Amino acid sequence: MSVRHALLALLSEGPKYGLQLREEFEARTGEVWPLNVGQVYTTLQRLERDGLIESDDATEMGPQKGFRITVGGAEELAAWLRTPPDLSSPPRDELVMKVLVALRVPGVDVHDLIQVHRRYLVELMQQWTRLKEDEAKFDLSLALVVDAELFRLDSVIRWLDAAEGRLKRAAADRATESTATPAPPPAAAPLPNLRRRTGVRR
Amino acid sequence: MSMLELRDVTKVYGQGVTVVNALGGVNLTVEPGAMVAVMGPSGSGKSTLLTIAGSLEDPTEGEVLIDGAPLSRMSRNAKARLRRRSIGYVFQDFNLLPGLTAVENVALPLELDGISGRRARAAGQRVLDDLGLSERADQFPDQLSGGERQRVAIARAVVGDRHLLLADEPSGALDSVNGEAVMRLVHDACKRGVAAVVVTHDAKLASWADRVVFLRDGHIVDQTAPPAGPESLLTIPGQSQ
Repeated sequence: MSVRHALLALLSEGPKYGLQLREEFEARTGEVWPLNVGQVYTTLQRLERDGLIESDDATEMGPQKGFRITVGGAEELAAWLRTPPDLSSPPRDELVMKVLVALRVPGVDVHDLIQVHRRYLVELMQQWTRLKEDEAKFDLSLALVVDAELFRLDSVIRWLDAAEGRLKRAAADRATESTATPAPPPAAAPLPNLRRRTGVRR
Repeated sequence: MSMLELRDVTKVYGQGVTVVNALGGVNLTVEPGAMVAVMGPSGSGKSTLLTIAGSLEDPTEGEVLIDGAPLSRMSRNAKARLRRRSIGYVFQDFNLLPGLTAVENVALPLELDGISGRRARAAGQRVLDDLGLSERADQFPDQLSGGERQRVAIARAVVGDRHLLLADEPSGALDSVNGEAVMRLVHDACKRGVAAVVVTHDAKLASWADRVVFLRDGHIVDQTAPPAGPESLLTIPGQSQ
């Protein structure tokens, strides 16, 4: 979450004080991303330095200092909103790595491992859903944030389901092949080039 | 006392080479007011578990108790009465009768149980009112949207004094907003003391449950711990408010 752009967004509605900005930031993001006071004021200082916001007077930085967005700030905000986040290259996914590695480790039951992670993810989803049930009915921002988390976690569970289905099918295919033509067990598939496939981004 | 209890329930279909072990020694209890979700891939035995829990099918071995009463000791008539009075079913494809209006569909189980048509329809109308369908009561199923049809199906499942709700993929092909509305209704029924079992492969639906059990090849292989409160999600390590 870009605190910088969130603050610009709040100021795009009209001039506001430091304290007001902090409170509105927390309210808009469903209090899921609490912000410390220092972070608000440091960011405001940088925005002012970059000419994206300006203040009325030379009062010391703090809750009572008022700010407004500049034309440059409004342009920066509009450009940021329309810039797609970088989802193009696959991030290094720890869970994918664990499942791939588990396939190679003798004595590890991959299905059991998948279930351990699936259960954890469902438990997390239960917690998010509780939040929705209690408060989101009356708070659109929180409902949107919670939905995003639920869809993200759900997609990981779906991947686990798909992985499990694929592993079962592969095992069944191997069993059929070995009955059809008795042959030595096939060599384990080579490990994919993890560095390339899961390219480290950061 | 548990509203539903499955003790060592086994279900075998076919025999010889065509034998299918649909369920193997399943134990499950659901308390009044609790929602349990059953998750598992296709063919894991989810729907079989639900039909046996709802006395629509008999287990090969084991026992099912509803409100403490073992189904194996009930006559066919007693089981039919139990299904009409105590158990509500919600299916993926809604199963509404096309020739009856929404309120007539909802009132049907009460009428079958000998309650007068007028009283049954009044009770049906009350449930439809609760579910925000007052205006749609006299529409036929094909005049309703998918979400409305499923709400009518839920109304039919909770009308009267039902205390066990069994739902098989209750949000069917509904979009996520309507699917969530369906789960809210099930959740509200549980808050009123109804025990519910929801079978689904969708984790977003299952996450509404108090407990999620995972079914694989006819066996319960795992279940979630009692959910922690959502407060833990609201603090980010290393950051203060």
